[in-house]
Amino acid sequence: MTERITKSMAKNIYYGGGTFALLIFIALTFDTVHQIPERSNEVNMTESVVLGKKLWENNNCVGCHTIVGEGAYYAPELMNVFNRRGASDEVTFKAYMQGWMAAQPLAVPDRRKMPQFNLSNEEVDNLSDFLIWTSKVNANDWPPTIEG
Amino acid sequence: MKYSSQAVAKPYFIFALVLLAGEILFGLLMSIQYVYGDFLFPLIPFNVLRMVHTNLLIVLILFGFMGATYYLIPEEAERELWSPKLAIITFWVFVVAGVATILGYLFVPYATLTEITFNELLPTMGREFLEQPLPTKVGIVLVVVSYIVNVSMTVLKGRRTVITTVLITGLLGLAVFFLFAFYVPDNLIMDKFFWWFTVHLWVEATWELIMGAILAFVLIKVTGVDREHIDKWLYLIIAMTMVSGILGTGHHFFYMGAPEYWLWIGSISSAVEPLPFFLMILFAFTMSRDRKIKHDNEIALTWAKGTAVMAFIGAGVWGFFHTLAPVNMYTHGTQLTAAHGHLSFYGAYIMIIFTVISYAMPILRGRPHGNSKKAQNVELTSFWMMNIGMMGLTLALSAAGLVQIFDSRVGTELIGFMESAESISSIFMIRAGFGLLVFIGLLTYFYSFFVKEEA
Repeated sequence: MTERITKSMAKNIYYGGGTFALLIFIALTFDTVHQIPERSNEVNMTESVVLGKKLWENNNCVGCHTIVGEGAYYAPELMNVFNRRGASDEVTFKAYMQGWMAAQPLAVPDRRKMPQFNLSNEEVDNLSDFLIWTSKVNANDWPPTIEG
Repeated sequence: MKYSSQAVAKPYFIFALVLLAGEILFGLLMSIQYVYGDFLFPLIPFNVLRMVHTNLLIVLILFGFMGATYYLIPEEAERELWSPKLAIITFWVFVVAGVATILGYLFVPYATLTEITFNELLPTMGREFLEQPLPTKVGIVLVVVSYIVNVSMTVLKGRRTVITTVLITGLLGLAVFFLFAFYVPDNLIMDKFFWWFTVHLWVEATWELIMGAILAFVLIKVTGVDREHIDKWLYLIIAMTMVSGILGTGHHFFYMGAPEYWLWIGSISSAVEPLPFFLMILFAFTMSRDRKIKHDNEIALTWAKGTAVMAFIGAGVWGFFHTLAPVNMYTHGTQLTAAHGHLSFYGAYIMIIFTVISYAMPILRGRPHGNSKKAQNVELTSFWMMNIGMMGLTLALSAAGLVQIFDSRVGTELIGFMESAESISSIFMIRAGFGLLVFIGLLTYFYSFFVKEEA
């Protein structure tokens, strides 16, 4: 198969094909950036949600958990934790989060452990707001189940 | 060694291997903590172990690429390196920055680390693989820029070959796409979208160019095949890489908040992604069959063939398993991703570094015909130990991923993540065992450097 392809043909496929793919990628990037605010309900992204994201980053939560399927696989997915542990009710979820974060680490032998991050009640609420906002993102019907 | 400045590659190679030992060691610690949650807790929580494990991997690959480049560029350009002194300075800067960062991870709580490293000025921390504090990220930019300048100046003043052109294109891509590590929008979804510009376009596009160039260089040296022939193959491989890999980024945009059309574009493009790796196998084996010389360093050719095969299995086959959108719906964010990640990084990037070290290191140590037969046999043993170990742990992680999917995502009687974690703990024991085999394989590899030369 490769005998019939010359070096200059291969070179042209590289430059031509690469440029073509890159141009399509750039065009779709512009469109995606245009669509993300609506798909993620950016209008509901309050100051508390943004503070929650900062806490998420500053405590390296993604080092154990996945969020919208990305991160480490040591601890549960958190895009749907609002539905799973809060029954999609904000008051219930926030109360649950206050209790949960305060109880860490759980004294269950050999269970995977979550550290105690010593967050204030207000910070835990920020984190809850961030997770509630994330649960409403349109991720093409992912996750497939409330547990996954 | 034809040019004395090639010697700057040596410390880069040695340090890359030292970091690799650390990387695997932390992997082993994680695999134990996966089963025994109290192991090392709260001394080193899982997120810290993982950060050290993945960051060491990235940094060791960069060290390996730099060593490979500094070795091959003078020979390709047919002149001494533009500034060997700069290459040594950047080596030490990178070592100090790297070691300081790892010590920071281990001994300072991450939240404190964000405070003392001025993360508030330009928040970039706390994102997977890009956890490095701001000063480290800036340091990486400076090191990479000085490296590219050094390499480019050498090539501009010397002979230009397809290998150097491809290599420099890859390096420029590496530098440009790293800049997205400094862009962290408040919107998590926008943040994720651009995060992939660094992560995917490094490992599935620009790094593949670098890998292809290094592989082509080693194959020319150990097979003596005509350069025209090698060049054609190299262009063909990187053409397929670019055509599939750039739009293949779309396979990360299925279920993270990006629009629906990525389901199609990502699936179709990334279905082609195994092709460049398959071409690499054909390339390595055809060149080996058509070789004009029989180089005494046989193990270097073994690694070259090995990296092509293992990269195809890890990146190509294991990538394909979950790259189609309807499948990815169930596999997204499970241990199957970890399985693919492990074998592809090992097959493509760790093994290409072994390949170039196996070829270049004996020459740098004054053994132009390669190491002694005895040392090569020890190295061959380590080759198989590491390959079998990596294959075994990949199969174990895949099995764990499948159990997770059937536990929590398919069917009616679903169990939660933590319950599922208990049902895969025995699989994780097996995974840890294979991990240990990889580590012993690496120690065997290290031992091959110390086998006495026959008189």
